[in-house]
Amino acid sequence: MELFDFTIHELHEKLITKEVSSVEATRSILARIEAVEPRVGSFITITPEQALADAEAADRRIAAGEADCLTGIPLALKDIFLTEGIRTTCASRILHNFIPPYSATSWEKLRERGAVLLGKLNQDEFAMGSSSESSAFGITRNPWDTTRIPGGSSGGSAAAIAARQATATLGTDTGGSIRQPSSHCGCVGLKPTYGRVSRYGVIAFASSLDQVGPLTRDVTDCAVMLGAVAGYDPKDSTSINAPVPDYRAALTGDVRGLTIGLPSEYFIAGLDPDVQKVMDEAIATYRGLGAEFVEISLPHTDYAVATYYLIATAEASSNLARYDGVRFGHRSEQAEGLIDMMTKSRSEGFGMEVKRRIMLGTYALSSGYYDAYYVKAQKVRTLIMRDFIQAFEGVDAILTPVAPTPAFKIGEMVNDPLQMYLSDIFTIPVNLAGTCALSVPAGFSADGLPIGLQLIGKPFGEETILRAAHAFERATVWHTKKAPL
Amino acid sequence: MKITTAEVEHVARLARLELSAEEKDLFVGQMDAILGYVDKLRGLNTDDVQPTSHAVPVENAFRPDQAQPSIGVAKALANAPDRAESFYRVPKVIE
Repeated sequence: MELFDFTIHELHEKLITKEVSSVEATRSILARIEAVEPRVGSFITITPEQALADAEAADRRIAAGEADCLTGIPLALKDIFLTEGIRTTCASRILHNFIPPYSATSWEKLRERGAVLLGKLNQDEFAMGSSSESSAFGITRNPWDTTRIPGGSSGGSAAAIAARQATATLGTDTGGSIRQPSSHCGCVGLKPTYGRVSRYGVIAFASSLDQVGPLTRDVTDCAVMLGAVAGYDPKDSTSINAPVPDYRAALTGDVRGLTIGLPSEYFIAGLDPDVQKVMDEAIATYRGLGAEFVEISLPHTDYAVATYYLIATAEASSNLARYDGVRFGHRSEQAEGLIDMMTKSRSEGFGMEVKRRIMLGTYALSSGYYDAYYVKAQKVRTLIMRDFIQAFEGVDAILTPVAPTPAFKIGEMVNDPLQMYLSDIFTIPVNLAGTCALSVPAGFSADGLPIGLQLIGKPFGEETILRAAHAFERATVWHTKKAPL
Repeated sequence: MKITTAEVEHVARLARLELSAEEKDLFVGQMDAILGYVDKLRGLNTDDVQPTSHAVPVENAFRPDQAQPSIGVAKALANAPDRAESFYRVPKVIE
């Protein structure tokens, strides 16, 4: 095994016993990035000098006996997290030259623990997409099959884990953008409960849905990362002031007596046969571990995608109004007058998917359509939330597929946005309900593509789904498989 | 059709976007398909349902009205496409 092959908890053991240094681990991963990056394309910006400086500082801290569980661990961030002094683009041409004057709280928390920054990861532009193909800085390829997409929008965050280009990463999830790429790339990805992690310094897409979360090699690492970034932040008034549990302590390996719901609306005829097979085997594994299953109903599931694409685009059209060429970002040099400058700067700076969503959102909020589209969607959101509240009266967790199919081919859906939107059907309801969910590796398709299973928890029920995912991981081998790069 | 070229042009103006003829044609077709799809919400009776704007019940977050440290003029202007003294400079607003 190379140093880049280790998980956070494995590398931590080697660091504190002085078997290896953070500089050695960081050099190993930087060499790995250089070797595989031309075939994968996980990064927008690589920061080797920063990484080695961070690693040297971490080694001094370890030598002083002050190491934390993340001290000296090489991490990378989706390019949606502001990093002071390091270019942050959100994969958009409109931010191609943006150097943030401050850092995201979630990154500050990791830095305080001594984490090492390897660079900034590719994604869909402004996190709008399911394939990472809408980036203005080129596509990312799936390390398991480089003719396929890694998923999105946190595609670089997932591909970097699968390609061993970072020990762990952070992503964001507005409609599945952590869980779907985690499923497609065979890593663990968690979307925490809305309000669990601060969003200060995370470039906003849809503010009532966006949430920060980790992508990792295994469930233990996921618990470590969540524990590090969770908690109240006075700079994010939507973060919740609730104690942060010891998530790693929740990983008892015991799921006896756990009641897991299977929503009939998610196990539909026409589900990809490989996905169906993996779900059947996962259910059998859990039964063997002593969990109990009950069929449940989430009756408004079929309305979730329509609801989401009205609420998310409306919020996006408002959030993205700030990109006007005045204070930061791209400014057109072709313009005459202020309004023309703003219009041309935006038109030159935004890509097609972003323009399409701004147009939809502006339409849904415009005079005459506001009640019929936006308010209607907010009402249906209430019904979708109630579905989950009622379901959780009888179950501890809900098990579903993450995506209806394994990773699709690059270019397969770019000309059919509606079809692409529909591929998020199993992840979107969780964001609308505001609760937590994760993806854990659960098997492979006949073609060798990873398939994840989704565990949905009650609001602030991260411990339960982490415990259930960990027990599954201990009983299976899927998380130990390595992409054939 | 759910949406016309004239409506796409109107929405683009509201959104401060300038679309090419090809982009307009593309968006008329794609927005028509998407708006046709989201019309399925009309089939649900929501007369007695309150809208949800936030999934987690959060109250207004108040804090004492006290000045906090800020990033300062130099940092705030560091990304400005154009500036003059301690201000952002923009094209003339009023002719």
